[in-house]
Amino acid sequence: MATFRLNINNTAQEVEVAEGTSLLWVLREHLGLTGTKYGCGIAQCGACTIHVDNRPMRACMLQVDNVSDGQKIRTIEGLSVNGTHTVQKAWIEAQAPQCGYCQSGQIMQAVALLEENPNPSTEEIKTYMNGILCRCGTYMRVIKAIELAANTQST
Amino acid sequence: MKNKAQTDPVEGMSRRKFLKSSGGVALFIGASGMLPHLISCKDSNALKKQLQKHPITAWVQITEDGEITIYNPAAEMGQGSMTSLPLVFAEEMDADWSKVKVEFSPQETDIYGSEGWAPGSKLMFTVGSRTTKSYYPVMRKAGAQARYVLLSSAAAHWNTPIEELRTEDSFVIHENSNRKISYGDLVPYLSMPETLPDLSESDFKDQKDFRLVGREIPRTEIPSKVDGSAQFAIDLRLPQMVYGVLERGKLNAATPTLTNEDEILAMEGVLKLVPFDYAIGVVAKTLEEALAAKKSLQIDWSEAQASGFNSQDIYPEYKQIADSRKKGDAIVELGDVGQAMKKAAKVYEVDFKNDYVYHAQMEPLNAVIQVAEDKKSADVWVGSQQGPDTKLGVPDLVGVPPEQVNVHLQYLGGGFGRRSMNDFVNECAILAKEMAPLPVKLIWTREDDVSYGTFRPLSLQRLKACTDAQGNISGFSHCVVGDGGRLVTSGARNDHYDIPNQLVEWRETSHGIRLKHWRSVGHGPNKFAIESMLDEIALDQSIDPVDLRRKLMAKSPRALATLEKAAEISGWGSPVAEGRAKGVAFVEHGSMGTGICEISVDRNTGNIKVHKFWIALDAGVVVQPDNVKAQMEGGIIMGMSSVLKEQITIVDGRVQQSNFHDYNLLRFQDVPESIETAIIPSTEIPEGVGETATPMVAGAIANAFLKLTGKRLRHLPFTPERVLEVLNA
Repeated sequence: MATFRLNINNTAQEVEVAEGTSLLWVLREHLGLTGTKYGCGIAQCGACTIHVDNRPMRACMLQVDNVSDGQKIRTIEGLSVNGTHTVQKAWIEAQAPQCGYCQSGQIMQAVALLEENPNPSTEEIKTYMNGILCRCGTYMRVIKAIELAANTQST
Repeated sequence: MKNKAQTDPVEGMSRRKFLKSSGGVALFIGASGMLPHLISCKDSNALKKQLQKHPITAWVQITEDGEITIYNPAAEMGQGSMTSLPLVFAEEMDADWSKVKVEFSPQETDIYGSEGWAPGSKLMFTVGSRTTKSYYPVMRKAGAQARYVLLSSAAAHWNTPIEELRTEDSFVIHENSNRKISYGDLVPYLSMPETLPDLSESDFKDQKDFRLVGREIPRTEIPSKVDGSAQFAIDLRLPQMVYGVLERGKLNAATPTLTNEDEILAMEGVLKLVPFDYAIGVVAKTLEEALAAKKSLQIDWSEAQASGFNSQDIYPEYKQIADSRKKGDAIVELGDVGQAMKKAAKVYEVDFKNDYVYHAQMEPLNAVIQVAEDKKSADVWVGSQQGPDTKLGVPDLVGVPPEQVNVHLQYLGGGFGRRSMNDFVNECAILAKEMAPLPVKLIWTREDDVSYGTFRPLSLQRLKACTDAQGNISGFSHCVVGDGGRLVTSGARNDHYDIPNQLVEWRETSHGIRLKHWRSVGHGPNKFAIESMLDEIALDQSIDPVDLRRKLMAKSPRALATLEKAAEISGWGSPVAEGRAKGVAFVEHGSMGTGICEISVDRNTGNIKVHKFWIALDAGVVVQPDNVKAQMEGGIIMGMSSVLKEQITIVDGRVQQSNFHDYNLLRFQDVPESIETAIIPSTEIPEGVGETATPMVAGAIANAFLKLTGKRLRHLPFTPERVLEVLNA
């Protein structure tokens, strides 16, 4: 067991867990930030996508030891107050989610995309989002939501 | 009366007195067919407690500020029940939808069940795409009853005949006296009518008066699914909760012998080892400790029925079974196929095959169960498609009566048939009983979920068809070889093709592989076979595939309308871009629809690209049109994924895949440019839409491929290797 200090959603957090514990379990089971989901544990589905210093990362592949409290971790819970981020609003407008389980990961990846590239082409969207799986098949609406968000941002 | 009041204050108290004494804030109206119960209480928490104590039937709650809570009896797994069923209720109640909140109903079958699965029965069971169909009459009646109570209360309050009142958007209106009162303001005057009229179809709203049903209404639970707050069972955290995992091995029904028990028990955080017939369970303080212990288990596994079974080598045996003179179970017998074949001008015979596929719901299986310290009750938090047993098998395992098990339904991170089986709930119950009173969260890793999956069965379809001298299809025989009964035979019927002689037959096999309903069940493989067969006949006869189906559907106007509409919106018959072709397939699964796709093929890689998909759907009355379109889109994507990518293989009884690196799902880069759905207007009863699109995909792609290349794809999935093999043959 060791104590780890993390900066999550601009809040300092301290957690005592075994060394090598995945950041995903720390977020979900120790800190209760359950919007970030477990899907595969091997960075194949993207359901656990979070931002570390604004870059999209798969929490399941990060060990808590490898993240310092100087790095800013952002989860879906820290994206906005009351789900009002442009991307979240676009998601609602497109009625994108079905079961909803993968959608935090979809949204976090999409936010990172638009922060990097505010006006992506459809092909750029597909390429950037390719690592995030959705079994319900909401891909068409996710693409639509990202395009809506991009249009909103640019107006 | 006095004694009863002590044990049952709600039932025991005069309703009128109870209302007067408390200046009520809540109205509860009973399930369809039962008299409404009116209760009122100022303190909503106290009310909730009271409700927990007493089995009061309830579909709706109204507060004085006009907030309406409607209970949804069905599981929400992305199909939209959290909106569609309450919407039907609100339509009949004439509720202001902006004031409606939706909650899951208690999991109590007697109150909230429907007859959708068998007349006279009452089940809460979210399977078979039957939710909207089976609950449509239930919700209409319950909503109309709620409205009647409101109307009769207003009539009594104003001393007017009820016939002079109407309702609109949460108001009762009396035009003659120019008075109106909101449902919320009516709460203090609510009174229980002596009798409720037996409301039926003629008392319900005319479809032309619908204000909610058929409109573009956003889904109620979507905001919680974009901010991470939607709660799935896997998200639950309870004080003192411990974690359970099982190691189940890769061979179904193999029995384990643990050889390093002491070493595991000495590991950090490990609390208990729990042996199962087919697994070793570990309970630990944290998830990471439980997983570390699971990884360290040293287990000797026995052999089992599936030992020696190799899935990809089994097809020659299946062909022999199809060749055999020994008949299987006849599922459909219409006319005399044998005679038709004898008299035929031409006979066609084709075998179609399909490999195992896995559900791959994004939320791995899990549950949280807490057994009380005295072991006399249990609480279950689970994402379940429910089942014939609403308590999911927990009472027997824990040893308590069903009424002492409280199931708290959570959102499902995908169902697709996997969550209508309760193996994971039962495992959790066994661990929770051992650990009582500590709550146990059982989690399946993705590797568990794949390796110990329950699959859509591998099967072979032998289709034989014949044409008479005029070229009409006179006989159609469909022999399914495979394990699982309805799991392999569903969808082999042809209800909308007018073929005088038909036979559907099932020849059973058994390999000891775990099997389960998988979105659209046998429809996937069987519609693939049927629709491909039709196009092979059309090609041989030089008939356009749509023309061939047009003729066969002459006596099924609703089916034909979907065909005509799909042909229209897809521009069937008009020129297609170089290197592309269109293919068509028809499916009925509750609702019926025709799907048309446009594809191209990379002849170097064997990669099939689906460019566009068009669907025309007849689903009867459509409650939520946009949601139906979402179901079509999702159904096509899942269909494409299974048809182009997905394959579970078994070697020596062991599942060869373990996670998404070797079980491939369709990703963003493979999606079509568009999926367009046309909904055929209808006043017929709503039919399920969740499983109609998925089985269109294989036939439509195979038929487009046939048109484009002249070659035949007859084995699912159409992986690039198989496509190249067919192209180079």
